[in-house]
Amino acid sequence: MILQLFWSFIQVGMFSVGGGYAAIPLIQNQIVDIHKLMTLQEFTDLITIAEMTPGPISINSATFVGTRLAGLPGAIICTIGCVLPSFFICLALAFFYYKYRQLDGVQKVLSAMRPAVVALIASAGISILVLGLFGSSTIVLRDIRIVELGLFAVGLFLLRKYKLSAIQIIFGTGVAGTLIYSFI
Amino acid sequence: MKEKNKFKILWQLFKATFTLSAFTFGGGFVIVSLMKKKFVEELGWLEEDEMLDITAIAQSSPGPIPINASVILGYRMAGIAGTLVAILGTALPPMIVISLISVFYTQFRENQVIATALQVMRAGVAAVIFDVVINLAKNVVKTKRALYIGLMTVAFIATVVFDVSAMLVILVCLAIGIIDAVIPVIRKEVVAKEEAKI
Repeated sequence: MILQLFWSFIQVGMFSVGGGYAAIPLIQNQIVDIHKLMTLQEFTDLITIAEMTPGPISINSATFVGTRLAGLPGAIICTIGCVLPSFFICLALAFFYYKYRQLDGVQKVLSAMRPAVVALIASAGISILVLGLFGSSTIVLRDIRIVELGLFAVGLFLLRKYKLSAIQIIFGTGVAGTLIYSFI
Repeated sequence: MKEKNKFKILWQLFKATFTLSAFTFGGGFVIVSLMKKKFVEELGWLEEDEMLDITAIAQSSPGPIPINASVILGYRMAGIAGTLVAILGTALPPMIVISLISVFYTQFRENQVIATALQVMRAGVAAVIFDVVINLAKNVVKTKRALYIGLMTVAFIATVVFDVSAMLVILVCLAIGIIDAVIPVIRKEVVAKEEAKI
C-alpha cells in the first residue's frame, strides 16, 4: 500500500503541469477512482482544507492523503513522491539555464517571457484580492468587506512607504484583522 | 571559513523557504511573488530578471510550482545541497500543519478564530503581491520596448478577463521570443547576401 501511494504521487508530481489546481484532478483520479482509497466526500473535504491552510496545495493534499491512509510514514512517502519528479526535472533545467542564460539569443527569448510572468503574477494577485475582499471568487459589490479592504490598503501603504517585509505584513494583517473582528 | 560560509547560506536558505512556505496561501504565483520580495528585494541574492526566469521555468515544468522554484533557487545558491535544503524548507511547514490538522480536523473546522485569521491574511498576501507587481511592471515599462509592454498588457487581459491558462500564455511568449531572437539573424544573412551580390 505504501509503495502504491508512493507510485501514485510520483505520477501526480510528473503529470501536473501548471501548479496545485492542476494536481487536484490527478490526485482524485489516483486515490478515489483507480485505487478507491477514499470516498469522493472525504476527498472534497481534504481539498477544502488544502486550499485553506498555508503551503502549496499539492503538498498539502499529498500530506493529508498520506496521513489519512498510512499515518506519518504515509505523509512523508506521499510528499517525497510528489516532489521527486520536480527535483530531477528542475535540477536539469536549472543546470541548462545557468549554463546558457548569458547567450544573446537566449536572453532575447527570456526577455519576451518576463513581461508575461509579471502579468501572470498580477492576475494571481487579483484573484487572491477578490477572494479576500468578497469571501468568494465572484465580485458582488454589496458583499465587500470593509475590514479586509482597509487591511489591504494599509498593508500596501506600509510596503511601499516603509519597505516592511512580506512576513511582517501577512502576519500583521492576520493579527490585526482577527482582533478587529473579535471586537465588532 | 568557506565551509562555515556555505553552512550559513544553507541555513538562511532553509529559514527563508520555511517561512515563505508557512505563510503562503493558494497557487504557485503567490509564493513566487513572496520569493521575489524576499530573495531579490530583502536579501539581494538574485537579480529581478533571474527571478522572473525561474518563475517561467517553474510554471512550465511538471510538479508543484513552489517546489520547482525552490529546486532552481536552491541550486543557484548552493548546488545540489541547496536544492535539498530548499525543498525541505518548502515542504516541511505544510507537512507539519496538515499533520496537526488531520488530528484535530473537527476542532479546526469549527474554530472561528482560525477561520477569521486565515480569511483576513489574504488581504495581507494580496498587498504583498501588488507591491511586487508594481515594482515588476515599472521595470517592464522602463525597457521602453513596445513589444514587452504589449506582451504584458495582452497577457494580463488574457488571463484576467478570458481565463487563458498560464501555461498557454508562457508558451505563446516563448514562441514570440524565439521569433524576436531569430529575426535579426535572418536580416543579417539577407544583408550579407545582398552585399555579396553588389
